[in-house]
Amino acid sequence: MTPEPVFEQPWHAQLFALTVHLNETGHFDWPDWAARFGVTLADHGLTKDLNGGEDYFNAWLETLESLLAERGLADADAVQGLKSAWQAAYLDTPHGQPVQLPE
Amino acid sequence: MPHDHHDHDHPHALLPPDPALRVKALETLLTRKGLIDPAALDEIIDTYENKVGPKNGAHVVALAWTDPAFRAALLQDATAAVSELGYYGRQGEHIIAVENTAADHNMVVCTLCSCYPWPLLGIPPGWYKSDAYRARAVREPRKVLAEFGVSLPEETAVRVWDSTAEVRYLVIPQRPAGTEGWSVQELMPLVTRDSMIGTGLAARP
Repeated sequence: MTPEPVFEQPWHAQLFALTVHLNETGHFDWPDWAARFGVTLADHGLTKDLNGGEDYFNAWLETLESLLAERGLADADAVQGLKSAWQAAYLDTPHGQPVQLPE
Repeated sequence: MPHDHHDHDHPHALLPPDPALRVKALETLLTRKGLIDPAALDEIIDTYENKVGPKNGAHVVALAWTDPAFRAALLQDATAAVSELGYYGRQGEHIIAVENTAADHNMVVCTLCSCYPWPLLGIPPGWYKSDAYRARAVREPRKVLAEFGVSLPEETAVRVWDSTAEVRYLVIPQRPAGTEGWSVQELMPLVTRDSMIGTGLAARP
């Protein structure tokens, strides 16, 4: 039996941990999370058969983004701005150096 | 692999995929707002990658096979019985243990998303989260079982349990013949992850 990695990609692990941490610190309860996630999965599943891997965590991410935006915890424009900043930081950082956002 | 040489002479750091950047953006924003502690995220990842997994469930099953009082307690109130062993749900869910017998075979699905007894089995495998399993486990469980290599006698009823955010299930597989007198430690390796989801049987000695 080949051992399967717990998380296929580092970002799957980060996203999972982020969601669990926000739940444990009381920002939303788990049944509410699961109901919303179920809706996103059903929605994505209309256009293709989800394989339970990458597309599963894409649906997870979309659910968390919309939940946090709705709760006023992470505004969509602010997230988009930081995403662009991270992208620029990766492109500006020489290979092998740690990637950081400019202060 | 055509992209391998990029690892050596790439002028800048490799750009992570789009969703990875979106996760980083969320983390940065929430950290700056003081809403999350990045060290807590690392600890959660470490827990699920290294500490929590099917061996917890295997411990529970092997105890149930060998200790009648524990088995009774587990079937009565699994949440309480497993929390005494140090396994408890961080999301406040209840755990129900369902026992396979010659008459009944239990299997577990989450048709809504992917609810799963994390404290006992860790993070679910990809197939558990797939649309195919989630849709078909309820509709045609025997066919799904056959694809997992499990064929049951005609007279065995198949019961499918649909997990929710509040209730998660652990299947207690049938103890294999030829293990009389075995210790908990000896039995644990026979208790596979799939046998505790009900898509497999316990391994034979």
